[in-house]
Amino acid sequence: MPLTDRSSLVNHDILNRQCTFHAILTYVSRLSHLQALEAESIHIIREVASEFQRPVMLYSIGKDSSVMVRLAQKAFYPGPIPFPLLHVDTTYKFKEMIEFRDQFAAELGVKLIVHSNTSALEAGANPFRLGTERCCGLLKTQSLLDALRAGGFDAAFGGARRDEEKSRAKERIFSFRDSLGQWDPKNQRPELWNLFNGRVEPGESIRVFPLSNWTEMDVWQYIHVENIPIVPLYFAKERQVLVRGNSLIMPEQDFVKPLLGDRLETVRCRMRSLGCSPCTGAIRSDADTLPKIIAELVAVRNSERENRVIDHDREGSMELKKREGYF
Amino acid sequence: MAAALVQQPTPQSFNIEEFLAAEESKGLLRLTTAGSVDDGKSTLIGRLLHDAKGAYEDQLKSAVRGGQIDFSLLTDGLRAEREQGITIDVAYRYFATPKRKFILADTPGHEQYTRNMATGASTAELAIILLDAHRGLTTQSRRHAFIATLLGIPNFVIAVNKMDLVGYDQEVFNRIRAEFEPFLERIGTKDYYFLPLSALKGDNVVDRGTHMPWFDGPCLLEYLETVETADRMIQAPFRMAVQRVVRPDQNFRGYAGLVGSGTIRPGDEVQALPSGRRSKVRRVVTFDGDLEMAHAPMSITLTLADEIDISRGDMISAGAPPQSARTFDATMVWFDAHPLDPAHDYLIKHTSHTLPARVDGVRHLVNVATLETEPAATLAMNEIGVVRIAASQPLYFDPYRENRVTGSFILIDRKTNHTAGAGMILAAAEGSLEDAADRLVRLVRAAIPEGSHLNLPTDDAQAMEVVRGLLKGVLK
Repeated sequence: MPLTDRSSLVNHDILNRQCTFHAILTYVSRLSHLQALEAESIHIIREVASEFQRPVMLYSIGKDSSVMVRLAQKAFYPGPIPFPLLHVDTTYKFKEMIEFRDQFAAELGVKLIVHSNTSALEAGANPFRLGTERCCGLLKTQSLLDALRAGGFDAAFGGARRDEEKSRAKERIFSFRDSLGQWDPKNQRPELWNLFNGRVEPGESIRVFPLSNWTEMDVWQYIHVENIPIVPLYFAKERQVLVRGNSLIMPEQDFVKPLLGDRLETVRCRMRSLGCSPCTGAIRSDADTLPKIIAELVAVRNSERENRVIDHDREGSMELKKREGYF
Repeated sequence: MAAALVQQPTPQSFNIEEFLAAEESKGLLRLTTAGSVDDGKSTLIGRLLHDAKGAYEDQLKSAVRGGQIDFSLLTDGLRAEREQGITIDVAYRYFATPKRKFILADTPGHEQYTRNMATGASTAELAIILLDAHRGLTTQSRRHAFIATLLGIPNFVIAVNKMDLVGYDQEVFNRIRAEFEPFLERIGTKDYYFLPLSALKGDNVVDRGTHMPWFDGPCLLEYLETVETADRMIQAPFRMAVQRVVRPDQNFRGYAGLVGSGTIRPGDEVQALPSGRRSKVRRVVTFDGDLEMAHAPMSITLTLADEIDISRGDMISAGAPPQSARTFDATMVWFDAHPLDPAHDYLIKHTSHTLPARVDGVRHLVNVATLETEPAATLAMNEIGVVRIAASQPLYFDPYRENRVTGSFILIDRKTNHTAGAGMILAAAEGSLEDAADRLVRLVRAAIPEGSHLNLPTDDAQAMEVVRGLLKGVLK
């Protein structure tokens, strides 16, 4: 029985039919913040499943995706999740992520689509040769748009949160994309109450962000109270890393090559957010349990995307990527 | 715009178990801010975010100009905003204290303020109306208060900012309060808190400061942490719009939705609308187990004791029934660049229901600055007025002032798919034949016993035709 505060709702003393209506009301506490966020997200997920022809849920294997999938399970319980998951695989992900993904999808019994931009990969696309900006453009953005077009998907759920980055703070929960998959931040549909406008013409689509109002702290607390499985890379242990300035890069696969000045060291560290292994650094940490991760979060004063090389390519780089179709 | 960077000490005696226990019962307050750039809104929000750890160190670093934090750089997220030094759109901010979590809809005060304010206010329980002590009460402040009231926000903080510029003079504060109070009363706001502060110097934001010993009320953050936001939606009659029928196999048929208002328990008698059929709640189903009670705004799945026909867009209600009407009056805020057009086809989205609709005339326009009503044939972008809406089928609603969920709707332009406007239902249009026929169809349907050979056509349009004929006979 996660979200333990609900136990107050099944207290039989309260439910004695002799109680007056108002006596009951004084017992009905307002929802806790996690319960309120959960209820809102479930509502969003159900609206999409009911209003769109072919929705799909982007699954990035990260902690936010894991929470989003749990919310989808809750939304349709006791029925199954009525749409597939889609993983856009750059082929540069951490090995542990791919193992986790395949096991997770099998246990859940949900359909998982894996899409890679094979033509770009065959042409030799990689972050070392192209730089991170072009590499992301081909292996993530282009690949995602291709996968959405190939599947004929008119709505795609993403696990992005508004607290992650400045341009995301202004994105709608239902975010309209034109037929080229582009976002126009100055021309967004007003979004009031919980009434979402998901009307699109053929070729156009909506990106849906059910976790818009969650913070990083909310996500971790929810994973903790709900016991949601996550990739072990999030937990601290001794790992071999390349120390590159302030970054700790894990050379766990052949394509991660040391650069001049890198030092190979064994460091107790963990990943705070997951991406491609050449471009996502670990942080020094002792947090090997969920409570320790949460405790670390209380003390830490840097945002989780700080270790992501790609956000810092240039001023407003996330907004530019999003305009072109990135999640 | 700038304030000194204050280093936060890391908590010394932090106990994770205590922290997690406290977090689990922590509530959520949704609020909105309104004020123009010059009122120091960015500075105030920046300070709240900074002091309540809603902003991270690397984000702060990127907002430092000349050794000080420029809080507007922290909050303005789009390139065009940073280039032009203005705020364009509603931005959502998140911060927390040991007592509460906050979601703040930060709305720009100048450009397209009506549209943005209405958006931010629609989900908020509290509004901070920010004004500049130096400039005093402006038309802008009145507009902000009016729009927030219109959207049904019950609690207000009137933050009289820049007290440092008027020498922390109690007289200035009292004068502004005396001038603003009658206006607030006139628009129907009852729960408001006047607070003198200086966002720049930090007085009465997170700490009391020493400059205004004459004021003994709580500072802003303390007020936000403790303000009682009585949840009217829990106390209203039960309403749940059905989002989806959950039917994994022959043995289970559940109705999934978000409890819009009220409470529900197994055994409660409910009515399905539009069919009017009654049944009892059998189970309140969730992934985490059945509940003995659910209330607004929980997402649940209900199963009923009887097999009755319910589908997406229908409403399950208990207690006093909602009103029903195909034609009704509503206050509308217009968003679209194309003005409201009675000859145009729109869609109305109300709860989980989307229907064709027309605008059956504009009753009047509201001048937001003077609150005077003016005759008008249309509403242009950012204008507010009272209009008559005619939907293709009856809606089941409560007036917006009683129920924000069943009383709200949006109009969608059928040609462009834009969200053209947002509406708050006032009342059913009286005396229309359509509405009388709709009500009669529902009464007759509910009165006919299950399995009876007597019945109305199941198709609503055909049923209406029959009943309209009957009614015409009655009215002759």
